[in-house]
Amino acid sequence: MTIRKMLLASVAVACAAMPMTAFADTSGKKIALSNNYAGNSWRQAMLTSWDKVTGEAVKTGVVAAADPFTTAENQATEQAAQIQNMILQGYDAIVLNAASPTALNGAIKEACDAGITVVSFDGIVTEPCAWRIAVDFKEMGRSQVEYLSKKVPEGGNLLEIRGLAGVFVDDEISAGIHEGVKQFPQFKVAGSVHGDWAQDVAQKAVAGILPSLPEVVGVVTQGGDGYGAAQAIAAAKRPMPVIVMGNREDELKWWKEQKDANGYETMSVSIAPGVSTLAFWVAQQILDGKEVKKDLVVPFLRIDQDNLEQNLANTQAGGVANVEYSQEDALKVIEAAK
Amino acid sequence: MNRRISADALRLAIPALSLTVLLAAVFWLQPRAMSYVGLNLLFNLAVPIALATIAQMLIMSVNDLDLSMGTFVSFVACVTATFLRDAPLVGVLILAGAVAVYSVLGVVIYLRNLPSIVVTLGMSFVWAGLAVLLLPSPGGQAPDWARALMTVKPPLVPMAIVASIAIAIVAHLVVMRSSLGVLIRGVGGNQRSVERAGWSVVATRAAAYGLAGIFAVLAGIALVGLTTSADANIALRYTLLSIAGVILGGGEFIGGRVSPVGAVIGALTLTLAGSFLSFLRISPDWQIGAQGAILIVVLALRLLLRRVEIREKGR
Repeated sequence: MTIRKMLLASVAVACAAMPMTAFADTSGKKIALSNNYAGNSWRQAMLTSWDKVTGEAVKTGVVAAADPFTTAENQATEQAAQIQNMILQGYDAIVLNAASPTALNGAIKEACDAGITVVSFDGIVTEPCAWRIAVDFKEMGRSQVEYLSKKVPEGGNLLEIRGLAGVFVDDEISAGIHEGVKQFPQFKVAGSVHGDWAQDVAQKAVAGILPSLPEVVGVVTQGGDGYGAAQAIAAAKRPMPVIVMGNREDELKWWKEQKDANGYETMSVSIAPGVSTLAFWVAQQILDGKEVKKDLVVPFLRIDQDNLEQNLANTQAGGVANVEYSQEDALKVIEAAK
Repeated sequence: MNRRISADALRLAIPALSLTVLLAAVFWLQPRAMSYVGLNLLFNLAVPIALATIAQMLIMSVNDLDLSMGTFVSFVACVTATFLRDAPLVGVLILAGAVAVYSVLGVVIYLRNLPSIVVTLGMSFVWAGLAVLLLPSPGGQAPDWARALMTVKPPLVPMAIVASIAIAIVAHLVVMRSSLGVLIRGVGGNQRSVERAGWSVVATRAAAYGLAGIFAVLAGIALVGLTTSADANIALRYTLLSIAGVILGGGEFIGGRVSPVGAVIGALTLTLAGSFLSFLRISPDWQIGAQGAILIVVLALRLLLRRVEIREKGR
């Protein structure tokens, strides 16, 4: 009788302990960030976010170390060597923003073979053994037209500002915008220029095409070009259309000024540099033993009329609106992929 | 005669010494590297660099400089990951054609008396353009044999070390022991005396450039074997790395004074210097500077050595 009770009790204890033991403890694990470039404000913000979030995680004992490494030159061969060095340094996971989607595959395979978890984000890699946290640029373009369809239900002409010609991101966002126009046929892309993701280039390009355009109700953009477009349109003394912004500080500041002056309404969408911290938590979850799908999608950072002030206050001068992700956010992204 | 040999040995001693010191430092910082797997990880990316360095050395031995090395290796990598896998015959023909272009370049530079820097800089855009045409977006896949060759696990000594030694021996035999090698270095040392001795400078230069092309092709194939797929910008760093490797290994810009064994050691040293700085956790802002500092220290040592050499001769 007592023996049976003891057996039952031990089974109960074992059952209670099961969920605990199913997950490995990550407090002894070391995670490295392999970054290929640090030469613009987006990448600087990405590294700052990494330091902030992982520093906290190391302090509270979630992981043992989370060291960032950046290659001196933006070259795939150098980053491959860097990854191989990380294998030697005994890291348990490598989080990387890759210089090339394919040229690092050999080094990543070596890492996987050594039992290391590899999570790529932003600049993702094609090696099947690595995880990918990708950006859905097409959806980013499509969502702009969807927003405009609610803002201007009767439709009209759109001006499209594209990025740097020949770059994959430019093609993707533009394809998304044209998909959106097909979905909401009341809109028509009346003109399109290349703004190279830079305000001065966008301003010149928009100023050049404006005289040939009929009335424009909306400007769809790729980020880093909204402020330039606004300047050009204001200089031409045309009615201000709805310009979709791209989370840059100067864009948000202009939007705020207009909002205060005449109740101007728009939205702003881009990828937060803090996506590095999302990748960190995903890597931590994988080390923790969680089943994670190999392909995940980054949520956009969207700024609307009501949270403009809050985001503007958090954005550094000359920087990009940012958000740091938490463990719960990572869990949400992982769940969404299932 | 005796002194000449000792001077050459000294010339090789500095790069060998710097490699040993760096290796010891890396082992001290990261004991894990002191293993079969560790050595392979440290040095496997040095194999294509060593091949490219030998190619650059051949060009430098006829007093020229090849600024298209990086883009050419990238182009070869793209051919390897596409044609050489899917249609081996076409791939081989393209690569043979590329080597022939290298030979022709050597001849044209000599006949038209053009500066090699300008011609190869121009060619670098041609190779880069062809590479982008072949692979507009990164991709392709390494031929299985290239992948197998670069991931082979020989007993006792890892592939990277075996390959480096093999490259050094082959290059040494070709450049230092064969009569063609003597001629090539002769053209670099004193072109007119080679000409007057009845040799064809045109043919020698064509051969030197052709050989360089072959080694560069091998570098591209080795690189793709390691990375598994290609990218049109994969090897842009190789131009400067290969030149630095030759100089670090005891070669000179003029006079046909080169050392194949030294060049391989130079390439290994450069690769190791990168790992060393990474293990030291030096911030990336300082890394380029630190890499430069290592180069300057080695070159300063050589300058010091040359003074000793000259003083000995003066005596």
